Amino acid sequence: MTGQSTATAGPAAPDCPATGRLLVIIPAFNEECALPDLLASIPARVEAVAVDALVVNDGSADRTARVAVARGGRLVDLPFNVGIGAAVQAGFKYASNRGYSYAVQCDGDGQHPPDQIATLLAPVVAGVAEVTIGSRFLKQGATYQTPLLRRIGISAFDWVNSLVVGRRITDNTSGFRAYNRRAIEFLSRHYPHDYPEPEAVVLLARNGFSIEEVGIEMRERQGGRSSITFLRSGYYMLKVLLAIFVEVFRERILPEGERR
Amino acid sequence: MKSRIEWMTLAVGVGVLLFVLELVRKRRLKEEYSLLWIGASLVILGLSLNRPALDWLSRLLGIYYPPMALFVCGAFFALVLAIHFSLVISRLSGESRTLAQEVGLLRLEVRELKERLAGRSGRGDGGGESGPAPGAGASG
Repeated sequence: MTGQSTATAGPAAPDCPATGRLLVIIPAFNEECALPDLLASIPARVEAVAVDALVVNDGSADRTARVAVARGGRLVDLPFNVGIGAAVQAGFKYASNRGYSYAVQCDGDGQHPPDQIATLLAPVVAGVAEVTIGSRFLKQGATYQTPLLRRIGISAFDWVNSLVVGRRITDNTSGFRAYNRRAIEFLSRHYPHDYPEPEAVVLLARNGFSIEEVGIEMRERQGGRSSITFLRSGYYMLKVLLAIFVEVFRERILPEGERR
Repeated sequence: MKSRIEWMTLAVGVGVLLFVLELVRKRRLKEEYSLLWIGASLVILGLSLNRPALDWLSRLLGIYYPPMALFVCGAFFALVLAIHFSLVISRLSGESRTLAQEVGLLRLEVRELKERLAGRSGRGDGGGESGPAPGAGASG
């Protein structure tokens, strides 16, 4: 599960470059049903990297917080609902404060398969990319089905972000992502709110972070409800598209020298 | 002789001014936010007392019916106030979000410290809801 295995795993020298710690950030809003399975299936280590799980309870009305603590996850218990963006950012702040070398963001509803964290993290550990995005659309013969309206929105983001970023990102709404230390520190200070995923892609790309997509087979959600309902998805699309356009005209946060 | 509309704007101007001053006096409105209101009511008052100034302003703005210029002024101030409030609300919501994150992170730290203390004093009564979490104390 979480940190327990560190003692048994042998003497991992803290200054060894291949090792490090990974924090799996799980934003959860009313996910008491999906959370136990998810926490149980998070690996204790990925290759040489020790793994901790952090549940960020975003003001749930159910027993999400208690379930998370009972199942051995670290818990950031937010006093009221702040939205997924700010919830995930609380996780980045924790990772930044505690000196984690990597972070993986993984939705609390069970859509994102923890057994594929290794696949997602590999390019980041290898230094090929600073940020990886788990894409539903990259893998051949993927079985994941998305509703039509959702698909229209996703292809709109695909089109717009590709234009802005200058390269194709097939799954901009995917919240299954891995980050290196530099990205953790950056995002702990700057992270978009409300519906952050597509905007974060633009923010990261414009500030010079290298982004790679990794083919991931996602599952149907195991419990809870999507924060994006049918009626609100139109509003969601407009809002995010506006935010992306605003982002393009904003000043870059990192100065020229710090970008890569 | 003043027209009825001028008396009306005069009354509204005096009313708003006194009301805002009273709110500030009772410390229910911060001075910072009262400035715009006081400024707005003073301008409206000045224009309703000084007919030549109002005529000059309405000629300047191309308004044929001078009292209408008063309402244009009022609408302008209302707009400025609305934008001012949007700014304040944006700032406040950002601050409250940051505070919520800090509270969540501090709660985690308090829980970890409690568990470490309970572990040190040999199975203490372990404060309330936290219970025996297996992952405790593993962090460095």
